[in-house]
Amino acid sequence: MTEVEAALADAHRREWARVLAATVRVARDLDLAEECVQDAYAAAMTAWDRSGVPDNPAAWLTTAAKRRAIDAIRRNAALRSRLPLLVVDDEEEPVHPEERAVEKLSETVPDERLRLIFVCCHPALAQEAQAALTLRLVCGLPVPDIARAFLVTEPTMAARITRAKKKIATTRIPYRVPCPADVPERLRAVLAVIHLLFTAGHTAPSGAALVRADLVDRAMHLARMLCDLMPGDTEARGLLALLLVTDARRATRVDADGRLLRLKDQDRSRWNRAALAEADAMIVSSLRAAPPGRYVLQAAIASLYAEAPAYDQTDWPQLVALYDRLLQVWPSPVVALNRAVPLSMVAGPEAALAEVERLEGDERLSGYQYLPAIKADLLSRLGRPAEAAAAYRQAFDLAANEAERAFLAGQFAG
Amino acid sequence: MAQYAILIYAHDSAHRLDATPEDTATSDAHAEELTSSGALVMAYALTPRDMATSIRADAITDGPFIDSKEVIAGFYVIEAPDLDAAIAIARTNPVVGDGGGVEIRPVHGGGFVQRDSGPGRAGG
Repeated sequence: MTEVEAALADAHRREWARVLAATVRVARDLDLAEECVQDAYAAAMTAWDRSGVPDNPAAWLTTAAKRRAIDAIRRNAALRSRLPLLVVDDEEEPVHPEERAVEKLSETVPDERLRLIFVCCHPALAQEAQAALTLRLVCGLPVPDIARAFLVTEPTMAARITRAKKKIATTRIPYRVPCPADVPERLRAVLAVIHLLFTAGHTAPSGAALVRADLVDRAMHLARMLCDLMPGDTEARGLLALLLVTDARRATRVDADGRLLRLKDQDRSRWNRAALAEADAMIVSSLRAAPPGRYVLQAAIASLYAEAPAYDQTDWPQLVALYDRLLQVWPSPVVALNRAVPLSMVAGPEAALAEVERLEGDERLSGYQYLPAIKADLLSRLGRPAEAAAAYRQAFDLAANEAERAFLAGQFAG
Repeated sequence: MAQYAILIYAHDSAHRLDATPEDTATSDAHAEELTSSGALVMAYALTPRDMATSIRADAITDGPFIDSKEVIAGFYVIEAPDLDAAIAIARTNPVVGDGGGVEIRPVHGGGFVQRDSGPGRAGG
């Protein structure tokens, strides 16, 4: 890879969102903006080859993309007058777009990534569309890659993205950071999308590999971006901490043959200590700053599991207490189920089994493979191997990921 | 500015033919609010679900077109600069806190038809 190619790849990964976000405001059309940004990256290849990589690649790319947008608007004024344009606040619109675009060469590029993120994750869009749009517009991922990530065909994904863009323009979803009163609610949607992308990558819903590293990396990148853009928000920090702790164990979740390892069988010496320490600092400061929300508490739980020098030295009572607090802010049956694990260490497997059996009645958990898996573990600890095998079988039938299926098959066969 | 239609979904409409002003006080007050804010373009309250008649190619049946817990109890059109503003207006509808909800749809076109006499009124 030449120096220019490397600089471009880096600028694509790091600056795509910034460049696109600034161009969208001039273009007032997501497709046109995307096209202009793509052209700008292509033009950079030749220009940087000739005169070197600029000091501020993002500013160079933004200027180039905005100029293309302005040219396109001039050329297609008639066509454009028939299109619904993105709603952009008047007072922020440049009076003379061309002059502004030139000025930006020396100025620092204004950060409009937050607007882009909030538009992509608008609650008027379906969550799967929010996730796809975020990968396309904020991360700059090509459509075929997004289609692969969500296990759908390329035309299906392209249609999903087109439909979402059309809804943004037609219903006039504004290109704007929501007013302060709406931020908490709107931010929840953004955090949920990042979490969804991470989870989809961390336990690939089906297929052979347990982790799809690209999705995990994109989600981590987005979580960091959000923390930079909203430094005061503890839930954004909580989410980043949660992803860091979960990802710190990435290397040890499967053995050399790709078989799934349980937390208690994982080699703790191979966990990413730097990531765990970074997460821990964020969790401590977030717990102090405000009544903790869902992500801060989830991160605190994950971090407490990781902190113990060995599985059997885990602080189980503290975990049960954290789960209780989490249930208060996020009364999810999945949280109640996960609480059964530390509960079994504090109050015994019998008490935990009673709790799991109570949750079996919750239809939101029917089809959730981890319920029979946890139940099976409790049954085998209670010396009821036949029932345990049946529960493992049930979990196996529900699991789609090959690594998880192999693990579960080993449990009821062995 | 754009126009958005807001469809009101409730268990049923309070606007029975013999409804008293008390029965419809909540929705009347809300309509009054929207009128004085300048957002309201037009509004219609519909009669209850018992009055609905549905027509398909093969049959005419008694009741709403879709058999569900909620029916469209009324609809109105507002003017708002963007979807976020429209959502902010729509969510103040009292039905939202009363077991129902509203649906927002951008208006494509339409309006009143110019006629010699004003529109007729049911039962009027």
